[in-house]
Amino acid sequence: MNEIDYITPKNLEEVFRAVEKKKRKIKFIAGCTNVIPYMRGEAISPELLIDLSSLENLNYIREENGIIAIGALTTISKLTASEIIRNQSPILFSAASLLGNPLTRNRATIGGNLADASPAADMAPPLLALEAFVHTKRGEGEGREISLDKFFLGPNKTVLAEDEIITHITFSKPKDSARGIYIKLGFRNSMAISVVSIALMIEMEGKVCQKARVALGAVSPTPIRVYRLEKNLEGKEIDQEIIQECSVILKEEISPISDIRASAEYRKLATSVLFKRAIQEVLKGEKT
Amino acid sequence: MMKRKIVNFKVNGESREVLVESNALLVNVLREELGLTGTKYSCGTGQCGSCTVLVNGKPALSCLMLAVAVDGADIVTIEGLAKPDGSLDPVQEAFLDHSAIQCGFCTPGMVIMGRDLLNKNSNPSESEIQEHIKGTLCRCTGYTSIVRAIKSCGK
Repeated sequence: MNEIDYITPKNLEEVFRAVEKKKRKIKFIAGCTNVIPYMRGEAISPELLIDLSSLENLNYIREENGIIAIGALTTISKLTASEIIRNQSPILFSAASLLGNPLTRNRATIGGNLADASPAADMAPPLLALEAFVHTKRGEGEGREISLDKFFLGPNKTVLAEDEIITHITFSKPKDSARGIYIKLGFRNSMAISVVSIALMIEMEGKVCQKARVALGAVSPTPIRVYRLEKNLEGKEIDQEIIQECSVILKEEISPISDIRASAEYRKLATSVLFKRAIQEVLKGEKT
Repeated sequence: MMKRKIVNFKVNGESREVLVESNALLVNVLREELGLTGTKYSCGTGQCGSCTVLVNGKPALSCLMLAVAVDGADIVTIEGLAKPDGSLDPVQEAFLDHSAIQCGFCTPGMVIMGRDLLNKNSNPSESEIQEHIKGTLCRCTGYTSIVRAIKSCGK
């Protein structure tokens, strides 16, 4: 690793003062489960590490007036232990339970997982399906509220400025009639990086799908919502024909790469299989 | 010159003050500065679990933590699981009784994860144990006896 300096600001003011003063390459850190391997592999070479872990008030899970708010420093373990998450957003709960392993979950944070912007980030598909917003702060200004589907720009790239931090994530509590599922396909049980992951949420009225949200991980440069697929489900009775149509749309909408984990061709095939499995599971009626 | 910082933390109940470079990893400080070589360094990328220690009571990978980041923390390594009189933790005893050790490299991490699970769940099932030691790899593939050892501590 190159020469680096390290500070632990205690509040946002200190963060932004440090950012202003130092004209060095900065990197915000929290759980460090990705940052340390990046630094050791020289994928990044920051000169100043600003450790956000000691910031107060960024570590919480709250439900207020139908909005669920999660502080950026909330660890994945904390999500898996939260009754609010388990009951109100089971797809986020199940994605959290499948992220890495108990050791990484104890350190990795929800804000870090999004800011890292891996195409395979486990938190992204469920939060996309939940239509989450990322709330940020930069300097003394008001801060931004960014819809998660506008947040990712490419592998490890987001709309965040270098000196902008995520403060919290919010989403509306899903309707009681909403059903959802998160499925992650990886090649081993532990520490698996997704080969394909899918988060699906639908609201049905009788046999008709009123609202559909479908998000995918690891099959495009960023985690994505599949709008065309959602439109093709909404307002319709979902039968085998529709599902078949959707799986064709899916293959057109994604642009996976071939890497050490899988070929592009395999990912396309696996995505359509996962989609079919997800929708059939959800239509069975269990609220997951 | 690499920036250095003084870090104060507790290791196995004892307060320590160490001067570390700001990019030093906790695993290396524990092993090289403090001589606590029970914590093993293997993959260095957080994939194997052999560097597991307890940080403020929670298991964490010491190869994915900067030493400067544990200022003020309470750390327990495998050396700190035994009582001051040298008597072993029941999980350590169980590993001996079940011969749950082959080359021994994963053992410190396995024992700490076993202890962590038992602290939260006094009678874990086989699958709960497997789930909990997911991130701790045994290259000798001696999982059967490891799971059996942890399970034997349940009550």
